[in-house]
Amino acid sequence: MSSWFTIQKELSGRRGAALILLSFLLPLGIWSLVSYVPFIWHPMVEITGEGGSPYMEKGQRVKRELFAQENQRLAQEGAELMTGTRANPVYLPPPHRVLTAVYTSFKSEPRRPDDPWLHESLAHSIRVVFYGFLLSSVIGVPLGILCGVFSCFSKLFEPFFEFFRYMPAPVFGALAVAVLGINDGPKVAIIFIGTFFQQVLVIANTTRQLPPSLLEAAQTLGARGGTLLRKVVLPAIAPNVFLDMRILLGWAWTYLIVAEVIGTSTGITWFINQQAKYRIYENVYAAILMIGVIGLATDMVLAWIGRNVFVWNGGRRNEFFKFLFELFYGSRHETFSFVQKRIAKHADDTTAQLQEPIP
Amino acid sequence: MQTIQLPSYKSQSPEVADRFRRLKERQVILETVGLGKVFVTGNGEITVLDDICFKAYRREFLSVIGPSGCGKSTLIRILSGLESASAGQVLLDDKPVDSPGSERGMVFQGYTLFPWLTVKKNVMFGLEVAGKGRTEAEAEALQWIDMVGLEQFANHYPSQLSGGMQQRVAIARALANRPRVLLMDEPFGALDAQTRARMQSYLLQIWRNVDITIIFITHDLDEAVYLSDRILVLSAHPGQVQEMIEVPVPQPRSPKQHLSPEFLATKAHIEELIHPQRESEDVLPIIRLTQVGDEVL
Repeated sequence: MSSWFTIQKELSGRRGAALILLSFLLPLGIWSLVSYVPFIWHPMVEITGEGGSPYMEKGQRVKRELFAQENQRLAQEGAELMTGTRANPVYLPPPHRVLTAVYTSFKSEPRRPDDPWLHESLAHSIRVVFYGFLLSSVIGVPLGILCGVFSCFSKLFEPFFEFFRYMPAPVFGALAVAVLGINDGPKVAIIFIGTFFQQVLVIANTTRQLPPSLLEAAQTLGARGGTLLRKVVLPAIAPNVFLDMRILLGWAWTYLIVAEVIGTSTGITWFINQQAKYRIYENVYAAILMIGVIGLATDMVLAWIGRNVFVWNGGRRNEFFKFLFELFYGSRHETFSFVQKRIAKHADDTTAQLQEPIP
Repeated sequence: MQTIQLPSYKSQSPEVADRFRRLKERQVILETVGLGKVFVTGNGEITVLDDICFKAYRREFLSVIGPSGCGKSTLIRILSGLESASAGQVLLDDKPVDSPGSERGMVFQGYTLFPWLTVKKNVMFGLEVAGKGRTEAEAEALQWIDMVGLEQFANHYPSQLSGGMQQRVAIARALANRPRVLLMDEPFGALDAQTRARMQSYLLQIWRNVDITIIFITHDLDEAVYLSDRILVLSAHPGQVQEMIEVPVPQPRSPKQHLSPEFLATKAHIEELIHPQRESEDVLPIIRLTQVGDEVL
C-alpha cells in the first residue's frame, strides 16, 4: 500500500496505466450513476401519459412535487391520473445519448437552410484558431527570440508587453469589430491579442534559459554574430520553444470561445448556443467533447512530432521521420541514412543470393 | 615518526635541465604582460588578478595552480578572450588578442558539447564555421575522433556518452580547429578518480602526438605535477604569481612516477606554497558527545 504514496517516485507501469484509465472512468462513472440510477438524483418526472390534466403534456418534464400535487388534484376531481417516470433535468442527458449525439449531430441537417452543418462550424473554428495562432507565431516567435538574445530588444518591447498582457483580450472585442468589421477579422484579432503578448514573453524567457557555457564554447570555436545565433541559439532552444508553442496553442483555443461571440456568432460556439436554444443538450455536450478531443489530439500529434524531431534527449526517430529527414538533408545526412541502409541491405541480399551454390 | 628525506625540488638531473634549456629556446606561443583584473561590485573594487606575467613555449604543458579564489578561472577566461583584462595584455605569437577566437581552443570544466549534434557534428562545428566543406570537415573530424579513441561513438549524441567520453570529444572538438594553444579549465574536475587518471594519460598521449601548447588549470596537486613541464603557482587575494616551478620529473611521464622522489618533492613544495601550515586554525573547539574514557586514540 505504501508504494502508492511514495513521494516523488514514479508508479510502476501497470499502476500508472490503471490510474490514467481511472482518471477518465471516474467522472464517467459518476455521470452514469447519476443518469441511470433513479434514486440518486432524478428530481424531475417525465410525463408519459397526461391523464385528465388540462395543462400537462406528454414528454414534458416537471418537478416531482408539482407532479404529485397535480395528481392529488386530479384524484380529488376523480379525473384520470397522469403517469410518468423519474428523470433528470433536460440539461443532463445520459452518456449514451451524448455518445450517439457525437455521431448524429454531424448527420442532422441544420434547421434553417442557410445555417452551417456541424462539420462546417467546426472547420470554421479550427480556421480561426489556426490563423490567429499562425499570425501570432510568425511575429511572436522571432520577436521573442530576439528579446531573449539581445538586451536592447528586451528593454524596448517587454515592459510594454508585460503591461498589455494584463488587459484581457476580450475587452478589445468591440474595438476589433469597429476596426475589422463583423466577419472573421475581429475573431482572429482577439486570438492574436490573447496569444501574442504572452508568446513573446514566454519565448524570450525560454531563450534566456540557454546555458551561457554553450555560447562561450561556440565562441572559442570561432563562431560569432549570426553564426552563433543560427548554429547555437536556435537549435539549443528549439525543443523548449516547441513545448511553449504547444502550451500556447491551448490558450489560443480558450480565446476562441470568446472570439466567436464577437460580431456575428460563428463556429462551434454558434452551434453550441443554437443547440442549447433548441434544448438539444446532448448536442451541446457532444460539441464540447469534440473541442476537448481536437485539443488533446492536436497536442498528442505535436508531442509525437517533437519526440521524433528532437531525438538527442534519448528519443528515437521512427522510420517515417527518418525518411523525411533523408528527403530534407539528402544522403549526406549519414546518421539517419534510411535509404542507404535499405540499398546496402538489398546489395547484401543480392550477393548472398549470387554466392549460394547452384544445386 | 620516520619520513622520507626528499631532494630539493630545484635539483634537476642533467637530462631534465637540458630539456628545460631547449624548451626555453623554443618559440613563445602565448605571453601575458602585466595582466590584471579588477571586478567592480557594490562594495567597491576587488582585485582578482594582479600583474601576471608568464610565457608559454611551443609544445609546452603549463599548469596553473593556486588556492581557491586565486583567480585561476578568471585568468584562463582572459586568455581565451571570454573576459577582458583590466590591465596588461595577452600576446599570442606576439600579437595582442582580446576576443575569443579559434586559434585558442578551450575545454571547460562543465560539459559544453552541443547536445543536439552527434559526436561527429560536434567536432565538425569549428571546421564548418571556418568555412570548410562538409566532406572535408567530416574527414578531418573523424580523424580527431579516432585520435581520442571514440570512433565507434561518432554517431552518438553527447547524452549517450559518459562524462569522460564527453570531455574527450570536447578535446577533439577544440583540437580539430588546429589552435595554437589549448586552454583547459579544470577539465577533469567533475570526473571520478579512476576516470580522471585515465583522462590524464589520454591527454599526455594526445599532447605528445600533436603540435600543441597546453595551459591547464587545476586545483589538484598530483594532476599538476604529473602532467606539466612547468607549474605557475598563484597566491590568492589578489592573484599574483608566487612561483614558476620547473617540474624535475623526467619526460615521458608514467603513473609510476607518482612515488618518485622528485615528484613528491615538487608536490610537497607546492603544498607548502598554497596551503601554508596554520595549525591553530585547523583545530575545532572541543564539544564532547562521547563518554570520558571511551577514547579512540
